[in-house]
Amino acid sequence: MSEHAMNFMPSEGFRARSKEVVENPFLRQSFRGAMDFLINKRITQFPSAEELETLRTLGEQIRQYNLGKLPTLLVQLEESLTRNGIQVHWAETPDEANAIILGICQKHSAKLMVKGKSMVSEEIELNHACEAAGIEAMESDMGEYIVQLAGEKPSHIIMPAIHKTKEEIARLFHEKVEGVDYTDNVDELIQIGRKVLREKFLVADIGLSGVNFAVAETGTLCLVENEGNGRLSTTAPPVHIAITGIEKIVEKLDHVPPLLSLLTRSATGQNISTYFNMISGPRKADEKDGPTEVHLVLLDNGRTQAYADEQLRKTLQCIRCGACMNHCPVYTRIGGHAYGTTYPGPIGKIISPHMLGLDATKTMATASTLCGACGEVCPVKIPIPDLLMRLREESFSEPHVAWAMVYRSPSLYKVATWLGSRFNWLTPSNQGPWTSVRTPLKPAPKRLRDLLKERA
Amino acid sequence: MSARDRILAKLNAAPVLPKAAPEIAAWYQTHRGTESTAEKAARFRACIEFAHAEVYAVSHASWPQKLWEVLTAKKVEKLLVAPGTTHGQRAISVLSESGITCRGYEQSIEDWKEEMFHDIPASLTAARGAIAETGTLVLWPDAHEPRLMSLVPPIHIVLLDANTIHNTFYEVMSNEGWGIESQSAMPTNALLISGPSKTADIQVTLAYGAHGPKELVVLLIGEEA
Amino acid sequence: MQTQGNAGQRPSDIYFFATCVVDQFFPGAGLDAITLLEREGIRVHFPEEQTCCGQPAYTSGFPDEARKVAAHQLTLFPENWPVVVPSGSCAGMMKHHYPTLFADDPVRKAQAEALSVRIYEFTDFLVNVLGFQSEDKGADCTVVLHTSCSARREMGVHLTGRQLLSNLKGVKVAQQDHESECCGFGGTFSIKQPEISGAMVEDKVKSLKATGAERVVSADCGCLMNILGHAAWKDKQEGRQTPSLPGEHIASFLLRRTSK
Repeated sequence: MSEHAMNFMPSEGFRARSKEVVENPFLRQSFRGAMDFLINKRITQFPSAEELETLRTLGEQIRQYNLGKLPTLLVQLEESLTRNGIQVHWAETPDEANAIILGICQKHSAKLMVKGKSMVSEEIELNHACEAAGIEAMESDMGEYIVQLAGEKPSHIIMPAIHKTKEEIARLFHEKVEGVDYTDNVDELIQIGRKVLREKFLVADIGLSGVNFAVAETGTLCLVENEGNGRLSTTAPPVHIAITGIEKIVEKLDHVPPLLSLLTRSATGQNISTYFNMISGPRKADEKDGPTEVHLVLLDNGRTQAYADEQLRKTLQCIRCGACMNHCPVYTRIGGHAYGTTYPGPIGKIISPHMLGLDATKTMATASTLCGACGEVCPVKIPIPDLLMRLREESFSEPHVAWAMVYRSPSLYKVATWLGSRFNWLTPSNQGPWTSVRTPLKPAPKRLRDLLKERA
Repeated sequence: MSARDRILAKLNAAPVLPKAAPEIAAWYQTHRGTESTAEKAARFRACIEFAHAEVYAVSHASWPQKLWEVLTAKKVEKLLVAPGTTHGQRAISVLSESGITCRGYEQSIEDWKEEMFHDIPASLTAARGAIAETGTLVLWPDAHEPRLMSLVPPIHIVLLDANTIHNTFYEVMSNEGWGIESQSAMPTNALLISGPSKTADIQVTLAYGAHGPKELVVLLIGEEA
Repeated sequence: MQTQGNAGQRPSDIYFFATCVVDQFFPGAGLDAITLLEREGIRVHFPEEQTCCGQPAYTSGFPDEARKVAAHQLTLFPENWPVVVPSGSCAGMMKHHYPTLFADDPVRKAQAEALSVRIYEFTDFLVNVLGFQSEDKGADCTVVLHTSCSARREMGVHLTGRQLLSNLKGVKVAQQDHESECCGFGGTFSIKQPEISGAMVEDKVKSLKATGAERVVSADCGCLMNILGHAAWKDKQEGRQTPSLPGEHIASFLLRRTSK
């Protein structure tokens, strides 16, 4: 698939982009295979339906409790982090967040930033901002590294390079990494990435990361990962900058274990990730490694707008596991790039409007059958289908006057459907999009009400 | 008004009803039982081995011997240790006679970062405890045993006492009073490690040794018959 | 699974809400469902004034239009009898969304809530209210069952259809891959996102056919319209004269199998 740069009107071109993927059997098979893999892995992690259900309820309660106290907890988090020696910054917009991060970089005359996986940094397009400021921003998550090398964007929030085959990656490494021969052996490819990125970790001036949970009481930033690049990004360089949306906060440390368990089991079907990294401060005077400065940037970017509305506030419960994508029949058919938003899939459809505006994202709400698979697997019970309906209501203004007139009036309904059945031979054979892959819809010659009368 | 004040003002203006505190203790009470040390050790072992770690049952007396065997089998000639710890000292005294060099982590990383990244094949640290249900090691790196020890060397060997294994992550933090100043104030870095570094980012194919250790070896004290 | 209302107690009378799709496109399925219910000794009342549950407007983001249509249906069922609906999707609309739809109208909200507990999806009603058991009189055959997303996730009645089929001794129910996945109909979705909808129904038909079953049965005519429409289109494309995947409403299949 060609490069799809961040699109500020993702609605435009959504159908064209979806069509491109749908008509590519190879891509379709590869998304299908990957999603099946993740779906099956998740289900093995939840052998007990009762445990899954009660744990999801607990997850929902934890998230709702913390969102209920969000402003208080943010102030508490700021106090705890400051006490621990972590510097806290606030940003309302992506531009403000980038300015804060670049300011820290410039203070340290930074040339190279290594990045752990952070969707918020994608959201603010930090890499572009760094490039413009003459700072090299290097992605270090294997998937993100591959995507960056290819000049693309992540197509899944957990598996950024899920749209690429190993052969494509082999060609990419051969072309873009100096001295690398073509190999499509996955182990060898990973070792190539490891080698390149190790040298970057060694010399990087800044390490950037996201945050999975920020604990207000203890002033702790928690990061979930498997590769170790998140730990390296937050440990090896002299300065660590973490960035997070304001919603990723929990009051107490003991809120973390249930959420962590839900997150890793829902995301990749692992009972736990390889690493869970809890950072509560920069290097102390007697310690020998770790960054000497740690910063946290708290980003709004539309989250306060969602917060203002009781129903839309539920979008902020999200712990970014991606299970809604994995289980979405639409995502499975079109992959992440078609959406044109940083966050694709069902969750992307309901959070992107806060970031980009409803006008820019309205087509997306129609790209769902409301099948409910996303809501069913959401580990924190976000009612995604209900929220999609709500967005549909807000996206459209022209009412279906004629339809309502017919169906609210039994007499008009009877006339209209009688005409439909009596003249069913007049049914057009071309019924627009419906007949592109289906035979035309044709009313039966007699309606049920007619059959019942005949029978009597 | 600063960005901070504007964000807080918007949040405070929202009509939000407080929600009841989640009953986390009750959930774990209902859904997780208690187990004997042997049961927990067995579960821990099965889980972390499933995640590709090697586990050896050892005793307090025998672990240095097993350490030597593991290093020899893996043809490791240099081991990063923490000289400020008793286990580090024991490793130094045992291995120095066997031709394996022990490198102590004694300076700030800035003084030897190149060597750490390029010339340290293995490290030895202790674990503070472990979690049975997920096969997880709990490490709290400190001045003696700094953060990068368990991260940069391609082979990480961990000493774990079976008596410190808990059933769940929740149990570890509540039993040990994590985050409570008078008991266990949070360290600058606390880690849960559940296997060697890995990734499935290329075509969902699992590969080990993405960025952290390629091999994780656990010397489990107390399980030995 | 639904257990409220008259569960366990065999009613003498019921209302039948056919749904507009059954009334206009699958009248035979409606008639078969009614015949089957009557054979169980139940008087079936078909309110002549019924039209549509309002779901097309509701899920398309037009709650006002949906409300107008729904308000009309609220008046059709005065007696305290169960209302049986041969579609999980329309039943879900009436059971779960009517009360929300009228949240700001206390009188209609009360009516909607009172109606909600009386709404039954057809297969759920057969299994859990009537305890339907009937001797299979047909020849051995293999069928595959498609359950709609609303029946599965909103109504929680994904097991009842399977139970009805597995009670038929000559019928083998085949297992398709991705059984719980949506067929891609989604009402106006199929018109607004035809490429994605087309890909979904294509995959669904492939997995149904791959079972080798001789027909597909479903308790939702919306899905059937989509699935059978695609299967027939494909047959035409590939020049087949006989349908490669015939299908029908589960009521028609049950009636035929259990009649002489």
